[in-house]
This record gives sequence, structure tokens and C-alpha cells, in this order.
Amino acid sequence: MDGVPGVSFDGIPAGQTYVYRFPVRQNGTYWYHSHSGFQEQTGVFGPLIIEPKEPDPILSEREYTIVISDWTFENPHTILANLKKYGGYYNFQRRTLANMGDESGSLWATVQDRLRWSAMGMDAADISDVTGQTYTYLMNGLAPADDWTGAFDGGQRIRLRIINASAATYFDVRIPGVPMTVVQADGQNVIPVETDELRIAIAETYDVIVQPPDGAHCLFAEAVDRSGHARGTLTSQPGRATVVPARRKRPLLQMSDMGMAMAGVQMDDPDKGGMNMEGMNMGGPSSASKPSSMPSSMPSSMADSRTCALLPPEKHGPETHGAGNTMVAAEARPRVDEAGVGLRDATWRVLTYDQLRRPEPSAEIEPTREIELHLTGNMERYMWSFDGVEYDNEMPPIALKNGERVRFKLINDTMMAHPIHLHGMFFELDVGACEHNPLKHTVNVKPAELVSFTVTAAEVGRWAFHCHILYHMEAGMFRVVEVLA
Amino acid sequence: MKLGAIGAFLLTGLIAQAPSDASAELGDTMFYGYLLFEQLEVGVNGADNPIAWDVMGWYGADYDRIWIRSEGVLATDSGSGEGEAQLLYSRLVLPFWEVQIGARADLRLADGSGTGRGHLVLGLTGMTPYGFEVEGSTFVSQHADIAFRLRSTQDIYVTQRLIAQSLFEMNVAVQEVEAFDVGAGVNDIQVGLRLRYEIIRKVAPYLGISWRQKIGSTADLARGAGERTSDVSGVVGLRVWM
Repeated sequence: MDGVPGVSFDGIPAGQTYVYRFPVRQNGTYWYHSHSGFQEQTGVFGPLIIEPKEPDPILSEREYTIVISDWTFENPHTILANLKKYGGYYNFQRRTLANMGDESGSLWATVQDRLRWSAMGMDAADISDVTGQTYTYLMNGLAPADDWTGAFDGGQRIRLRIINASAATYFDVRIPGVPMTVVQADGQNVIPVETDELRIAIAETYDVIVQPPDGAHCLFAEAVDRSGHARGTLTSQPGRATVVPARRKRPLLQMSDMGMAMAGVQMDDPDKGGMNMEGMNMGGPSSASKPSSMPSSMPSSMADSRTCALLPPEKHGPETHGAGNTMVAAEARPRVDEAGVGLRDATWRVLTYDQLRRPEPSAEIEPTREIELHLTGNMERYMWSFDGVEYDNEMPPIALKNGERVRFKLINDTMMAHPIHLHGMFFELDVGACEHNPLKHTVNVKPAELVSFTVTAAEVGRWAFHCHILYHMEAGMFRVVEVLA
Repeated sequence: MKLGAIGAFLLTGLIAQAPSDASAELGDTMFYGYLLFEQLEVGVNGADNPIAWDVMGWYGADYDRIWIRSEGVLATDSGSGEGEAQLLYSRLVLPFWEVQIGARADLRLADGSGTGRGHLVLGLTGMTPYGFEVEGSTFVSQHADIAFRLRSTQDIYVTQRLIAQSLFEMNVAVQEVEAFDVGAGVNDIQVGLRLRYEIIRKVAPYLGISWRQKIGSTADLARGAGERTSDVSGVVGLRVWM
């Protein structure tokens, strides 16, 4: 299963029935969606929850599945065509003369920073390609005004299965005043970790346990570019309205997102135009306390303190990946300890990948082979690719031998974050936790990031490997990984 | 010239309306069509109040495209004017730059009669640092007259929808071509500033100012023909694309 028309099967013709039969060997929170054309954008998706055969180690008294998505009445073909003709088509949060004074720092510093970006032909305000200009962000199919609501009784442990089923939107999810304990990521249990906000990349899932006090609480999912939000309510008092937090200011990319650490570049500056304190106090959790000991039957004694070194930063070679790629990250580095653009100066806890630990250690051995892929693009023409080459049907697959252990190194040479998704097999994401590195099917690769994961090629077949921003995938940021028999 | 312009319109219309294949499979090459009326305007200069257009369009995939361009002016009082249309093959060679090769046809209308000529075109178009959209073209006419053109625009976002576009254009000819009032050397310079409001991305009315100055022996030829060498116009127009 996990098939893609043209890769592993011919697709399902209109009016036809296709019966999937597969042994269920895992459990957890997943989702399904059409991989044909743009059907995913038009709503052909849903959650896929598999209960464990044994009693679930994650205890909860109530459970809600939270599917966050981006909806548009525009034809997705038109969206892609618009982007091909003008990459900034949906960005109405540009830097302009009128908003020159909105950025932190002196006017002169703003001018200098803008000139630096302009000199490179890049837009620091290009966070999302498709924005709230055309999207309405939905929670379980409901627009913010319709306010999806889940009831609870005071003191209950609620499990939220959060799924980002968007075509092109990352969300930052939080419940102001209510800490969240992350217990599962991409359908795989993790050692519980408490946080106040998490960024969920497209196609990722996070299960969190919350224990809100009596009252009505806003479940807030803010689009990463702050052009809109989805929201719902968890309430013990139906009918009572919640306070919806104000959206934060749209963030700006920094020179460090270009993999540049030049002298004179203020790398450590917080986001220019980042959040203001008022907004944070309004929406913030009541306290940024130390992680409380969350009741759980998960084997938290396994919180192995051993750390393994992440890969060292890597200088880019002379290869610039052709005309389909605008720039390269001069120096790519692991960024698994960073929350990402727009969350850099949050005053509360924000989940980072390096906090994720699988409970049962991997018994796997070191990889025997390494495959390096660069994430590349040219925003002027909305070209997206791996290694500067857009996918085409004739392209040979990335071939793996059955049972082989392979390390994938992904280097993001673009200015955008890309949720890279592998079909068919989980990979162990290198977060520096050695045999406790978490298992994932999708990894958010930040600009100028070097991501490393290891996969055991245990599933024979042809598997799609792609950016889960639908428009990037359609544009060519796609490969086939084939595990040979 | 009218025929040429109409032809160019029809051609671009056909190209732009060619549907992109909705049923394309992942990994198939995708073709798109683009048609931009960068300028479609009336000049107010207290004299001939010319109508001017500047149109470009392309059809193709990411690397290889067929381009069309057309530009020209037409005096509203006398009906005299000049225009040109180009048909080019364009290839993306660097991330921000494409090389173009093709043909250009000119038509000049004066005193009720038209004069035409043809050129081969070799061009380079793209974006420089600081967001200048630049076109550099070399033209070789059927009489082996050689000319060059440099054109540059830059969009400055005043607000999210109010955009100021500067324009600079310079034409240089190696030989004199009297039938087209072209002298050897720098022929003319055009400088403009247009302030558009994007009601939607694709539709933006604008106001602006445009200054065309003939220079050197081209200016001498114009003076000899009793024409003006300098023209400052207020312009009102519509920028629209599809």
C-alpha cells in the first residue's frame, strides 16, 4: 500500500473500486490521501487511526482526532499556474516601503537588511507559497468561525491526535494556558515530553495528552506565515466562548537561513518583525514552568541520557545544481534543536525534534552507505527539485538493496522549509539520541539545514520520496526509492 | 502595423489559452502559457496623445519557451506610429537568465503609408541583483543594419498592492537607417515611472509619467522632418496578465 499512481500502481480509474488488503503491523495516528493530481488539495483525505492490539501504554480518558487542513475555492491547477508565472502571487505580507518602520531595529538596519536580501534576489518574507489570501484554514473541516468544539469533564486526560493534512501549510499549534505532552510523532510512540507549542509540518502527526482545567480552551493552529489560522475549542462548559489569541506578526527569514555566517550579519538577532510582548502575554501559557512529571505508563525510565554527535556542518561544494536552483547553502548544519522561523523568540516552550525519543531503542547497526540529496529550487519560475533536477518518469529510482542500512543526508539549499516524506518505511531521524532517535515518516528540513536519517530497506517495492508541499511535489521535488528484492 | 499588432494579439491569445493538461501524471512535463500587457496606455502630452502598448508572453515548460513580444505607439491625431513584434525561442541558462533567439518585424506608419523591415534577434533577459528585470537585445536587420537595445524595469512595493515600476530603455544603432529615422549612435532614451494598483494580482490600472528623448543624429533626423525630439507624457493605462 502507500501507493502512488505511476510509481507503484496505475491509480484508481473514475467509477472503479480498488480493494486494499494489507496486514496491519503498526498502530498509531496516520492519515490517508489521494496521490492523484491535486485531489489532496480538494479534500480527498482522512485520518487513519489504528488502535494497538495490546493495551495502549498511552492512557487517556477521552480522545479527539484533530485534522488541520487548508481549503481554497480556487482550482489547484490555477494555483500552480499562478505560482509558475509569479512566485509571489499569494504573498500579501511582503516587505514594502509602507511597512519599513514595522521591523525591529533602526531604520538604517532595516534598509541594510532589505538591501542584502534584494541583492540576492531573495524575499525574506517568503514563508509560504500559498497563503491565507486564498486559503481558509480548517480544523476537522470547520472554518475558524464555525469553531470545532470538543467537550471534556474537568480533570480528564485528553488525547489529541493532531494531523496536518494540508496541501501547503505548516501550523504552529498551542492551547494557551494548557501544556501539551507529546506522546507520539508520525504514529510512533515517543517518550513523553511536555511543551507549550509545536510546529506541525505538512503530513506529520503528533499525539499529545492535555489535562485542561475546567473551562473553555482555544486549540489554536496558526499558519506559519501568520496569514491565517485554524482553531477549535476544548470545553467543559459547552456554549462558553474562548478567547482566540491574536495572530503573531509574520516572521522574516534571516541570513542564517541562507547558511551564511558572514561577519557583520546579525545571526543571533531575534526575528526582525518577530512577536511583540503584548501578543505573547495574551496568548501565552500561564507559566513556562519546568516540565511536570506527566502521569503515564510509558517507560520513561528509558530517558536515555546518552547523546551521539550530530553531523558536523558541511560546506557546500562547487556544484550549484544548474539553472533550476537559485542558491546554495554555503554551510548547511543540523538544526534539530531549533523551532524554526517565527518561533525563534517564543517565551514559552516550543517542541524541537531533538526532544523526541523513541522508547524502545533501535537494535540496528550503523549504516553501510550514504546517499546525499540536495533540496533545490528556483522561486522565479517556481521550479522545485532534488539536486536541481525535476522529477520525470524516465528517471531511474534511488535503488536500495533489501535489508540494507542507508543514511540519507538531505541538504536544503532553498530558503523554504520542506516536509520530506518517505513512503513505505519509517526512518530513524538523527537528533543526537543514538538508538533512541525517533522513527518518522516525514521530516521538516529547514532552510540551510543538514538533516540525516537512517533507513533499513526492509520493504521491497517502489516508494515515493517527496516534498509534501503538494505544489513542490507537482513541480518536481519528487523521487522514487526502490528497494530491490 | 495594425495587422501586425492584431496578429500578435491573436497569436498570444491562442498560446495563452492553450489548456495545460489537467490530467498530467506526476513527472510529466508541464506546459504553461503567460500573456502580460505590461503597458496598455494613453499618453497625455498636449500634442498627439499617443496610444502605446508593450506586450509579452510565453508558452512552454521550465527551461524552453516560445516568447512573443510586441510594442509600439500610435498617434491619436494623425494615425501615424510605429510598432514591432518579436517571436523568440527562449532557453533558461542560468537561474535568473534566459537566452533568446528569433525574429522581429517592424512597421512604421506615416502619411498613410507603411514601411516594414525584419530583424534577427539575439537577446539575454533576466533579473539582476536588487530586482532589476533586464533585457539586452541585438538586432540585425535584413539590410545588415545592427542595433542594440537595453531595457530595465524595477518594481518597488509601496504597499502590498501599490507598486511603482521604473523603466529605462536605450536604443543604439550602428548604421543610419533613414527610412526609420534612425541615426548612427545612441538613438533615444526612454525613462518612465508607473504607479499601479493591483486590484487583483492580474489586473492593475496605473498612472505614470513617461519621457522619451531622441539623441544625436537621430534627433537631427527628427528635427529635419519637423518632428519633436523630446516628449514628456502623463500616461494612464492598464497592466493585465493571464
